[in-house]
Amino acid sequence: MKRDIILAGVGGQGILSTAAIIGLAAIEKGWYLKQAEVHGMSQRGGDVQSHLRISEDPIYSDLIPFGQADMILSVEPMESLRYLPYLNNETGWLVTNDKPFINIPNYPEQETVYNEIRKVKNHILINAEDIAKDLQSPKSANVVMLGSAVAQLGIEKQYFENAIKGLFGRKGEEVVNVNITALEAGIKFAEQYKV
Amino acid sequence: MQKLLLLGDEAIAQGAIDAGISGIYAYPGTPSTEITEYVHASKEASEKGVIASWAANEKTAMEAAIGMSYAGKRTMVCMKHVGLNVAADPFINAAITGANGGMIVVAADDPSMHSSQNEQDSRFYGKFALIPILEPSSQQEAYDMVHYGFELSEKFKVPVLLRITTRLAHSRSGVARSASKEQNEGSLPSDLRQFVLLPAIARKRYQGLLDTQPAFREESSKTKYNEYIDGNDKSLGIIACGLAYNYLMENYRNGCPYPVLKIGQYPLPTDMVEKMVDSVDRTLVLEDGYPMVEELLTGLLGRGLKISGRFDNTVPYAGELNPNVVARALGLEDTYGTDAPNLIVGRPPSMCPGCPHVDSYKDLLEALEPYSNGRVFSDIGCYTLGALPPFEAINSCVDMGASITMAKGAADAGLVPAVAVIGDSTFTHSGMTGLLDAVNANSPITVMILDNSTTGMTGGQPSAAFSKVEEICLGIGVEKEHIHVLKPLKKNHEENTAIIKKELEYQGVSVIIPTRECVVTLNRRMQAKFKNKKK
Ligand SMILES: Cc1ncc(C[n+]2csc(CCOP(=O)(O)OP(=O)(O)O)c2C)c(N)n1
Ligand code: SF4
Repeated sequence: MKRDIILAGVGGQGILSTAAIIGLAAIEKGWYLKQAEVHGMSQRGGDVQSHLRISEDPIYSDLIPFGQADMILSVEPMESLRYLPYLNNETGWLVTNDKPFINIPNYPEQETVYNEIRKVKNHILINAEDIAKDLQSPKSANVVMLGSAVAQLGIEKQYFENAIKGLFGRKGEEVVNVNITALEAGIKFAEQYKV
Repeated sequence: MQKLLLLGDEAIAQGAIDAGISGIYAYPGTPSTEITEYVHASKEASEKGVIASWAANEKTAMEAAIGMSYAGKRTMVCMKHVGLNVAADPFINAAITGANGGMIVVAADDPSMHSSQNEQDSRFYGKFALIPILEPSSQQEAYDMVHYGFELSEKFKVPVLLRITTRLAHSRSGVARSASKEQNEGSLPSDLRQFVLLPAIARKRYQGLLDTQPAFREESSKTKYNEYIDGNDKSLGIIACGLAYNYLMENYRNGCPYPVLKIGQYPLPTDMVEKMVDSVDRTLVLEDGYPMVEELLTGLLGRGLKISGRFDNTVPYAGELNPNVVARALGLEDTYGTDAPNLIVGRPPSMCPGCPHVDSYKDLLEALEPYSNGRVFSDIGCYTLGALPPFEAINSCVDMGASITMAKGAADAGLVPAVAVIGDSTFTHSGMTGLLDAVNANSPITVMILDNSTTGMTGGQPSAAFSKVEEICLGIGVEKEHIHVLKPLKKNHEENTAIIKKELEYQGVSVIIPTRECVVTLNRRMQAKFKNKKK
């Protein structure tokens, strides 16, 4: 089994910390990992993506081939669409947060962006921001979004919980619990999600 | 031992710590920056007393490394590819002096120009200098090659070039460490004239380097980093350098049917290359960067051997390799998702909200209103983003330091006033000498040194210019009354604009120093302060 994931967003939105949770979960399950990150120029408010590859078998390329990604996981709706050339048309999932990040003057009409997302065969459009706010933890929106992708990642929930403990443990038990609740809220959202 | 999840850059840094370096020198530059940052932050390195030092530029970094090697200790020097242009003089000459303590030069190339002005291939520098080159295909190899590279350097008493590309530098994977080595005891070269490159000595040293070339090639034939993997189908043979091997195997996950020569060490192992071309009908060369290996095999006239690669467009000449480019080169079926919908617009990088450069550009643009366009020579840093809307304020970005000297040349040609825009770190990197040229010629230029107390573009490393810019300008000979330190804030807009306007009219060298800290480093500092207080 393997999962090739394109993580997408805008520089500064924290896609690397989302990647870190998935990566840690995969490692703990005993999988291999390669993760190509974006550093440098485009981190300054430009579009950023990261290629995260996790697999039971050794991985060769640091880059995911076009047309072979199993998932696009995006913290920003328009950015999720930018990487469609990478997604496997048949089996691939597009999972994205619905909150636009508008730092350009010509951002397209929000509804038209959502319509394009809904055209993708397997997709989840999640209002992670609102859900996180309802949980009184607006900072954990990315974890909510990650939760909504968990069922498609081939890794059991407990590995993600352990990864969260590993990553947030230093910040105290409360932060860990908030994020686990956020993860669960995302999982639940996906279970009830209707296309 | 448990594997560490490391970026390629971090694997190199950990390798250097474990191989017993005594010092690492660098000037930041994507994608090489994280090597030195890692050593800087490593508790282990600081306990061992390893010096991790940001230099004023790549040339001074290289020279410090040569000095450490002279004194018998292991040292590493890191830079991005264009940094090696700056350091080319000491680099080429270090091959002639040779090393005493082991010395590895890391050059990080950026094919596809993700964060650079060009995609030059540093392997040519290694070949030019006539020294061994290592090119890893994975994070683990990057780690292992540092240990091996130091042994190689000390065995042959030459510096070794470690060439990586963005993909490896910034990709993370599991790395197993090997046993750590103690630092070398200091020791001087056995011949105290070894590093004195007077012609008579240099000729001898150069001859020695030439005489060692066969041994380098022999080493390349023995090394585990060059491997001949036979295949049954001899209609094609593939030479895959560095990361190209991964893209090849990504397309043949169950094994490649053709013979493959995996290259990780140069000069090329002549016997292995010969074996390949003699046993196959056609040879495909896959290498990230310029077609260096391909050119060597093709020769000028291209007669005889059937070689494919970038020259015959089997692989596009420009840009980095990826699994799909390699699939097409192999004639395999390519894969593709769906086109991104048309409504998607570009999202170029931009200066942070609150960035001091934004205010500086607003001041400058208004002061320049009476003049025609096309007279602002800029440099490399966050302020280069002033080329994009809404500012579209600058007309050049060529190489670090070029703003001041280009403004001088343009002023010599009659473009008066000419303006230079340069950051504090870039100023001490290579702007100071140009300013001296301008002062000596009394050029009618206005130099804006945007002092944000840091090296912002590469993530906020300390700036060698920190709190020294004004004094340096005075020392270089700029007249005191034509140096102005401003605070670039909205509320000072009118006052600042008036000062710049006046200096644009002055027929000599003026220096404007808008001084305000980068908001990113400011935030970071404040957060750290807050944390410390809480403790
Ligand atoms: C020779 C060379 N070395 C390094 C770099 C990478 N680089 C680009 S901009 C920059 C930092 C510039 O800092 P500064 O001039 O202070 O401007 P800031 O980004 O802080 O505004 C560096 C190190 C380069 N492009 N060329
Ligand atoms: S990092 Fe600092 S210098 Fe660079 S754009 Fe942001 S605020 Fe400005």
